[in-house]
Amino acid sequence: MQPGSDPRVAELKFRDPERARRLTAALRHAVEGIGRPASVMHVCGSHEQAIARFGLRAAFPRDLNVIMGPGCPVCITDVPEVDEGVALALQGVRIATYGDMLRVPGTVKSLANAQAEGARIDVVYSIAQAVELARSVSEEVCFFATGFETTAVATAAEILAGPPENFSILSAHKYIPPVMEIVAEMPENKVEGFLAAGHAASITGWGVFEAFAARHQLPVVVAGFEPLDILAALVKLVELIRDKSPEVVNMFPRCVTKEGNIPAQEVLWKVFRPLGGRWRGIAHVPNGNLRLRDEFAHVDARRRFKIDLARFWDYAPAGLAQQCICGDIMAGVNSPTGCALYGKQCTPENPVGACMVSTEGTCRIWHQYGGVPDLREVNA
Amino acid sequence: MCLGVPGKVLSVEGLTATVDFFGVRRQVRLDIVDVPVAPGDYVLNHVGFAIHRIPEDEIGETLALFDTILREAEPQDLMAADVRNEIEATDAARK
Repeated sequence: MQPGSDPRVAELKFRDPERARRLTAALRHAVEGIGRPASVMHVCGSHEQAIARFGLRAAFPRDLNVIMGPGCPVCITDVPEVDEGVALALQGVRIATYGDMLRVPGTVKSLANAQAEGARIDVVYSIAQAVELARSVSEEVCFFATGFETTAVATAAEILAGPPENFSILSAHKYIPPVMEIVAEMPENKVEGFLAAGHAASITGWGVFEAFAARHQLPVVVAGFEPLDILAALVKLVELIRDKSPEVVNMFPRCVTKEGNIPAQEVLWKVFRPLGGRWRGIAHVPNGNLRLRDEFAHVDARRRFKIDLARFWDYAPAGLAQQCICGDIMAGVNSPTGCALYGKQCTPENPVGACMVSTEGTCRIWHQYGGVPDLREVNA
Repeated sequence: MCLGVPGKVLSVEGLTATVDFFGVRRQVRLDIVDVPVAPGDYVLNHVGFAIHRIPEDEIGETLALFDTILREAEPQDLMAADVRNEIEATDAARK
């Protein structure tokens, strides 16, 4: 168990224990076939939740390292993006955003800090609720929009539906495929294959990964979220690594097609364009940010308001934040247990880094469920 | 948040559907669903929008996962919290 974490040990409970046994045996066999330790990466908070919650790491062979990459949209929202939200809030614009964003640290302040100073911040579960809020008041309401393409399509649809004039968007939306390129090129993490998130791929389609797999000679397997789905996808991924077959395989056909959700893609790209930008702690990601196209300048908070970031320039980040290794964790070169703050100065109650704030952050998930449960005997 | 939540379509009015989520009735938007839906269909939803019609033969498997997540959840469970947030996100559907 991790220090400071909930003293429950994750339980292995499969709906079909016999199939689980066969899959873990096949996974062990495939890893042995490689003949050396191997690392694979997934890019989805829900995958990490499922792996941790169902204690799956206990069933993984010791030589297989399954890493969570930059799959938490709140965590990779960059410090200056949070600063923009905080600055707007302090300038008197009412901010609506997802609850996880409140405590994500900016350079010196979080939205929660701004709220404590009197700024008006409303937590919403959806952009539609933010639009409802704007319709019910006369003041300016800005939706601080975070999330990957799956969430950005909802933002795009709402913009096309015609929000009221006092409504604007501060887009911190991110696009996953480009960051996979960046992580794949990092020499330190030795990632040899990717699990792609099933529900996100239901929007983009699995075909979006083909060029990536060919370019980097890395296999990609689309995986569902049921523990057995994840195990089956890992077996396929390790087999592809063993056989040196950099293919894209869809192991979640009940949700994902090659083309994906075409109406949603049309809506997404009609409203957004990809633009390079930093992902917190990771790198500048070419085409990794989704920004509003010029046709939608009228709802773009960055163009409607003069956002005063100068007020943050005189401050250095707080001392503890400088020790945060969130970026290394999301790049797959370290894990929460490698962080001196994890579970000590940095807890869900008092998070130092974004990865401990969000329910999709690696640190928060490990803190909740225990990262690597000591259940090795189930392999026997 | 990338998990979404499945529900059963009860009725469709234009770009809005009334959907049953594990006994809770809510409205979701149909602006970006992949194929047209009708009452009786199951859809996967994210932040208040249906994004995917679940094929008939996959409904049982999909519901079983979410049933497991919600039924066996401890109060602090992160996956269950994310699923409940997804249901909350449908609350303010309009039109």
